[in-house]
Amino acid sequence: MNKNDPVDVLIIGAGASGAAVAWSLAETKMHILCLDQGGWMKPSEYPSTGRDWEAKFYGEWSTSPNIRGRPEDYPINDDNSPIKVVNFNGVGGSTVMYTAHWPRLHPSDFKVKTLDGVADDWPIDYDALTPFFEENDRMMGVSGLSGDPLSPLTHPPMPPQPLGLSGPLIGKAMNKLGWHWWPSDTTVATMDYEGRARCINLGHCTPACAQGAKASTDITYWPQAVRAGVELKTHCRVREILTNEHGMASGVVYYDQDGVEQFQPAEVVIIACNGVGTPRLLLNSVSGRFPNGLANSSGLVGKNLMFHPYAQIYGFVKEPTDSNRAPPTCLWSKEFYDTDLSRGFVRGYGIQFGRGAGPVFEAVASEQKGILPWGEDHHRVFRKLNGHRLAVSAICEDLPEEHNRVTLDPVLKDSHGIPAPKIDYTISENSRKMMEHGLARGREILEAAGATDICINNPIPWGGWHLLGTARMGTDPARSVVNEWGRSHDVKNLFIVDGSVFVTSGGVNPTSTIQAIALYVADQMKQRLANLFD
Amino acid sequence: MLAIFELTSAQRDDLRTVAAMIIPASDEYKVPGADDPAVQADMLATLGRDTALVAQALDHLARLASRPLAELDTARRDAVATEFRATGGAAAATLVRVVLQCYYRDDRVLRSLGLELRAPFPKGYTLEHGDWALLDPVKARSGKLRRA
Repeated sequence: MNKNDPVDVLIIGAGASGAAVAWSLAETKMHILCLDQGGWMKPSEYPSTGRDWEAKFYGEWSTSPNIRGRPEDYPINDDNSPIKVVNFNGVGGSTVMYTAHWPRLHPSDFKVKTLDGVADDWPIDYDALTPFFEENDRMMGVSGLSGDPLSPLTHPPMPPQPLGLSGPLIGKAMNKLGWHWWPSDTTVATMDYEGRARCINLGHCTPACAQGAKASTDITYWPQAVRAGVELKTHCRVREILTNEHGMASGVVYYDQDGVEQFQPAEVVIIACNGVGTPRLLLNSVSGRFPNGLANSSGLVGKNLMFHPYAQIYGFVKEPTDSNRAPPTCLWSKEFYDTDLSRGFVRGYGIQFGRGAGPVFEAVASEQKGILPWGEDHHRVFRKLNGHRLAVSAICEDLPEEHNRVTLDPVLKDSHGIPAPKIDYTISENSRKMMEHGLARGREILEAAGATDICINNPIPWGGWHLLGTARMGTDPARSVVNEWGRSHDVKNLFIVDGSVFVTSGGVNPTSTIQAIALYVADQMKQRLANLFD
Repeated sequence: MLAIFELTSAQRDDLRTVAAMIIPASDEYKVPGADDPAVQADMLATLGRDTALVAQALDHLARLASRPLAELDTARRDAVATEFRATGGAAAATLVRVVLQCYYRDDRVLRSLGLELRAPFPKGYTLEHGDWALLDPVKARSGKLRRA
């Protein structure tokens, strides 16, 4: 095995949290190295540059790593889960392939035990993260409208996305019902911003933005981090973290671009592989001292996986919608976000609205649902559906349950022979009730908008975007994996900064909060440099 | 072009027949069917990673039909199609998706739908700002963030 020169800080993963922590720590002038299993992205190859852009979503640009199967991807056995894992691997991670919807967790999300008697409170609160939310919004470049009465106060540096054709249809329906709605904060640049060109409505933010209007960390944090001296090595897949006789992390073993095994020594190791990749790495880092995996004295590594089950309902209105000619999401609602026990469940959900879909997606989805027939009537029905879709998705707070977990598959391995993750997950009774409530309210919204041909996806099967809770933070080493500032209870020079440290999930997309936590942990590290390992 | 050689002649015949059953030509909308030679050529040329599942679906179809699909009468063909969709699983779904994704990028079809014949990038699309006064009722309602 080749041995490299030691570094001060080694970061594993160049996605949302790895980029943020690298950028923040760069000012220390320590020697910082980040290893990522993927490479730099090439926007000229993004789907929207070709006429076959929609077909690519079913193949090499699928959101599922199992379908996509790029060399950078690792397989995931999610057969025992109604929700399949979706992610992206490469510089930028899943920020390359996300909707850019940018809510924050609410202050109440950090106190669920105190407020509602379920799960656990976080060891930190919203106020501790506030400056890092703000810093992150500037770095990622957020558009939105300040002043939402039911969301935490934000200060987006850019104006919100246009309402387009779909927004007013949704807004009028929500007003008819007397329910809250508001323009979403998004990481879609609505004006030229920090070298990024403004959005030109390529229409499908999720599988990467050829314009560069959507923030992904390969075009936001990384250029600045690299200029500040951070070293980023691509196509390097970490197999395991090694430890020394003092129980400290000594470095990692990885496979380089040529498949050659390398040892990279480091004084500090930071894991930023998110809620599936992080427990996979820890569980693969077995030694005599750590026979159940690294940082796992609590036995909680991989447990408490939270996905956010999405209950989606959609229909078709007479008026034209934005279809594929706008970012897919632009509005949210927090009407049902907070606990109301009269609904039959605890906690709540956010709603995100969908503007529409492209013709291929519409044809495929509607044929599968049985509303687009074969034969002569196909053309008439398709013209009624295409360009007329409105969607309502309830993003339900998933509470932590230890039986929902990531383990190592005994058979499945990635292209380097590293054991792959296995997911065991069930949707809880509380979540089921929440999803049914969301669907019922969604139906009311669609009917208020005049929609017909209503269909549901309950849950959205390939909706496992949000990978949370599998290395939770806490003050009690018996009930958590890392402490309140991201350091492993067991290994004093090992940190985790991604979605796996979430204690609860809230009912919103988590990336804004993940990055705020990464910046917060970096800040804590900088403040404690003199006694980081005490 | 490799995919052309991976489907047998009989499979290609059945693919053409089932494609026309899914989307027949229409004089009313002035569009070809999915059995149109150009659409079929696109399917065969771009099957790629879908080839195995599509071949599997076509084999299933052949078993249900017991003969070339085109030789069945309409009623029998419809019955086979119904059975195919009900029992074909992921392979059948892939075949249907391949037909639809190639059909709905054909120039004649997109023109009939009033869609532009181009990739989204670099021109993009224009989006109306809309009436922001719609938010006034939301602003007027009392509502507070839950205190932690």
